[in-house]
Amino acid sequence: MPALAVKSLYKVFGSRTDEAMRRLADGAPRDEALAGLPATAAVIDANFEVRPGEVFVVMGLSGSGKSTLIRMLNGLLRPTQGSVRVDGVELTTLRPAALRKLRREKISMVFQHFALMPHRTVLENAGYALEVAGLPKAERRERAMDALRMVGLADWADKLPHNLSGGMRQRVGLARALAAGTDILLMDEAFSALDPLIRHEVQDQLLELQAELGKTIVFITHDLNEAMRLGDRIAVMRDGRIVQIGTAEEILTDPANDYVAQFVADVDRTRILTASSVMEKAQTTLDVNVGPRVAARALRENQTSVVYVTGPRKQFLGTVTEDEVLRALREGRQSLDGYVSTERVRTVTEDTAVADLFADCAESQHPVAVLDAKGRLAGVIPRITLLSALASTTPHEVPALDGPAEVDLVGAKGDPA
Amino acid sequence: MSQHESPLDGWLPRVPLGTWTESAVDWATGTLGPAFDAIAAVVDALVRPLDDLLTGVPAVVVVLVLAGLGWWLRGWKFGLGTAVGLGLVAGMPYWEETMSTLAQVLVASALALVLAIPLGVFIAENRRASAVARPVLDLMQTMPAFVYLIPAIFFFGIGTVPGVLATLVFSMPPGVRLTELGLRQVDKEIVQAAESFGAPPWMVLLRTKLPLALPTIMTGVNQVIMLALSMVVIAGMVGAGGLGDVIMFALSQVEVGSGFEGGIAVVVLAVVLDRLTDSVGERFPSARAQRLARQAA
Repeated sequence: MPALAVKSLYKVFGSRTDEAMRRLADGAPRDEALAGLPATAAVIDANFEVRPGEVFVVMGLSGSGKSTLIRMLNGLLRPTQGSVRVDGVELTTLRPAALRKLRREKISMVFQHFALMPHRTVLENAGYALEVAGLPKAERRERAMDALRMVGLADWADKLPHNLSGGMRQRVGLARALAAGTDILLMDEAFSALDPLIRHEVQDQLLELQAELGKTIVFITHDLNEAMRLGDRIAVMRDGRIVQIGTAEEILTDPANDYVAQFVADVDRTRILTASSVMEKAQTTLDVNVGPRVAARALRENQTSVVYVTGPRKQFLGTVTEDEVLRALREGRQSLDGYVSTERVRTVTEDTAVADLFADCAESQHPVAVLDAKGRLAGVIPRITLLSALASTTPHEVPALDGPAEVDLVGAKGDPA
Repeated sequence: MSQHESPLDGWLPRVPLGTWTESAVDWATGTLGPAFDAIAAVVDALVRPLDDLLTGVPAVVVVLVLAGLGWWLRGWKFGLGTAVGLGLVAGMPYWEETMSTLAQVLVASALALVLAIPLGVFIAENRRASAVARPVLDLMQTMPAFVYLIPAIFFFGIGTVPGVLATLVFSMPPGVRLTELGLRQVDKEIVQAAESFGAPPWMVLLRTKLPLALPTIMTGVNQVIMLALSMVVIAGMVGAGGLGDVIMFALSQVEVGSGFEGGIAVVVLAVVLDRLTDSVGERFPSARAQRLARQAA
């Protein structure tokens, strides 16, 4: 069951909402559909599901409806139409008391301008949700302190919020949400008010905490780089509608329309694209038990000078060059064992960012080997491929993604068994 | 009732607003008599003991207590100023009248605030009630102060009680308005934060909105006290006693000297009450925290 499920969700502000809904139903752009009506549509037909433990980013410019959308997820705003399910519970029809219970137990929220209470200490702020839930003071204190420790602010517990810097205040906001102990975290432009360096720092901290806690996070942002950095999946919103949902790479390499394409045009691709999205098939891959004769033929057929050698369970072992194959032939060996070298080729993992490939590519004599999580050879990256990936100015020109399955096939082909 | 000819005679139907008001007041005096008697009894029970206390203790004690309060709340300079100002009043022949006026002001503003703050909270939470309350408050504030004295005499006769009640009605509006304003000005995101953690409305109001609105509400309290002080002098016309009597008498006899003395006593009271209530507001932790937060920003 998804942690959050949103189905045909609409929010129309103003009057004559029925008429507005009717006009929006056939998918006309917002401004055309509502021309002359005293109504504004903030969210139009939103549909998505968020899996437990996922970081789901909703990205859009201001006025795209993302803040309205997130406020419908915990009932701060009532939808005009549609359904929001939290752990299977329909939220839109809950009575106020039941809605408050659901907020206490399932969903907490972090706000753009921190929304700390200026007259309460950092500790009292962090423990606010527990106070609302009616926990005894000692337990409240303990759990709030735990949350403050998690964000590294335990020493500031007795200070008032105005003593803290912006970044620290937002960490208190995060601690307040964490102390609540809910599985779902809504973050509304949580880092947008921070300056870039601090923003990067708290993003790191969020990623660290998330690796440890595995919360379900809905994160709203207008910053594409932030979306790409944090999101497992990203929903791009425009004029109230969600125009694309996908992983960062999917959105970069296959934008749903020109709007998304333009939006992602400025992204630092080298930070988002990973080794797996630019790598190519290794021309010549052989098992270590193959004889030098087979290796020599493979080299001739593929007109290369290097063989990528794999061991048991297709583990990548290293490379063998033409010279060594010839030497093995002369010495009459039955396998390549003993000739494999790890010196000439650098290895990286599939999720290494392209930005981090340059040094390896420069120092590697042969194309860099890309290994999957199990240490198998997934593909290689020749220098020229890396350069062309960088040179591509539109997403369409980025080399197509080589699926691991295809690479396995290559391995099998070179395998005589 | 005015006997003037309306310039619109023959053009528009004459609107007998005055006659209506008279009959409404007549009806109210007849039917609501017991209720008015009860109100009068309550007000009297509040004003009389306080008046007796303030006029009963030696002037030196009152001066020292208020000066001490001033010192504690605002520092020694203000404490000294309070002592000098009140000492001057004590040196004039109208100390008792000044204390009566103080008692009336305190009771009238306390009652006004007891009504104004809850009303302000109510209309801050309810847009429709706010739309209704607004013109009523405008009317209360712009109606010439003397006019309140007429129904007050009808309902409560002559004396301290009608004076205090007219003062109450006259001084209430800023208390309501500034309570509403203060609550509406509380940062929406902070209110949403409280709500997003499942806090029920009463908790949001008591622990978030009211503490954050407090500085503005305290400005309202200050305004109410100032208006009460200005009205309580006018209430001298209905025999409320105190400095009002002194000034009215001076006016009717054209006695510059005693008029000025009464006036100075009012000014001293006004300055002391204004500064004291002002600094009470500033001493609340939520007010201080917000001021510091603004400075930090």
